[in-house]
Amino acid sequence: MLNRLRPFRETPSQTAGPYVHIGCTPNHAEIRGVWAEDLGARMVTDATGGERITIEGHVYDGAGAPVTDALIELWQADADGRFPSAEDSQADPAFTGFGRQASDGATGLYRFETIKPGRVADGGRLQAPHILVWIVARGINIGLTTRLYFSDEAAANAEDPVLARVPPPRRETLIARRDAADPRRYRFDIRLQGEDETVFFDI
Amino acid sequence: MRNIPANQQSFYARDRGWHPPAFTPDYKSSVLRSPRQALLSLETTATERSGPVFGHAMLGPLDNDLILNYAKTGEAIGQRIIVYGQVLDEDGRPQAGTLVEFWQANAGGRYRHKKEGYVAALDPNFGGCGRAITDRDGYYSFRTIRPGAYPWPNGVNDWRPAHIHFSLFGHAFAQRLITQMYFEGDPMIWQCPIVKTINDPSAIEQLVARLDRGNTVPMDALAYRFDMVLRGRRSTLFENRLEGN
Repeated sequence: MLNRLRPFRETPSQTAGPYVHIGCTPNHAEIRGVWAEDLGARMVTDATGGERITIEGHVYDGAGAPVTDALIELWQADADGRFPSAEDSQADPAFTGFGRQASDGATGLYRFETIKPGRVADGGRLQAPHILVWIVARGINIGLTTRLYFSDEAAANAEDPVLARVPPPRRETLIARRDAADPRRYRFDIRLQGEDETVFFDI
Repeated sequence: MRNIPANQQSFYARDRGWHPPAFTPDYKSSVLRSPRQALLSLETTATERSGPVFGHAMLGPLDNDLILNYAKTGEAIGQRIIVYGQVLDEDGRPQAGTLVEFWQANAGGRYRHKKEGYVAALDPNFGGCGRAITDRDGYYSFRTIRPGAYPWPNGVNDWRPAHIHFSLFGHAFAQRLITQMYFEGDPMIWQCPIVKTINDPSAIEQLVARLDRGNTVPMDALAYRFDMVLRGRRSTLFENRLEGN
């Protein structure tokens, strides 16, 4: 057929539902023996380069209650700002860049052990150190994409082309706060709705 | 275009009217979990144009066999089926190397999950999860049992149609997708508040797997075909070079 545009449309999303853990973190869901380790459970090994950090927080719903059945994924560059992808063979071979955790079924707390990413070169510009965060859960019809930046990177954040597009009053929702007592630890809360709703992206 | 590294190619904008909106009050869980601010639209950056790489080496031999991968005392009970299909992008290009994860209830409609309260019995030989990576031509397949329908707390008497959940990675995080597959001919599809979060009936049809008698294994298992489409990469017509578009 001449002048035909795209032949197919993207498969529509449906909620991950309350039992997403069965498929995505089966060991966490106490389904053991199907495969040894949940995908994305360990982001770093002893060989991974970079500064070890812990990221933790809650996902809150519009009533301010912690979401206890969320699944959270991270995608980030290595310590030198390279993504471990098929196109970049110079990336740290000991770093997958991908993390996946369920929020705690009782408290809703989520936690990742990773490394602080480097600045990413992108079309001649440098992005500030950041992590893509993707959230699915019961009641979320299509996965939500946001970004985590670091509170101790004020200079880089000021130059970041994505943060520059976020209305200033809402930028704070994307900044993970470094713990005053433990500088390895960052807190990043995600608010799905209401006052201080986290900025979500259509990318 | 073939000469431009994939991680420099952007994606067609996502058609948000084809996907379900965030706020769908007939699906009550969405009410408090739906952002109310407009999404901030951005051109993809290197972050979203890349994604984790998963190799076939990570897969175990039973990862795509839900009849056997949790078997303890015997095989999982239920109607034996094979689910297969091709993963394409919006331009029809087969998507090789796509990690496809799937999970489902057992034949009685019961999930193996501690927060699940439906009275139907657990099957001691059914875990309900599996995964596969698409081959060179974008195909995946797995063997399982047909899941049962089940009631869920939403309206007073809402039931989910039989379905299988799917998670897909593609090659870029911009393509990340979770969805559900339904079964051809099931009247409950059109009564489900979660299905109906999607406004366009032809979008819903895209989630309905077809019974494929041709690929049925005689005296063994029915076959269902479920193709999935990930976002396509935009042609960089004049940004670099014209050739190969």
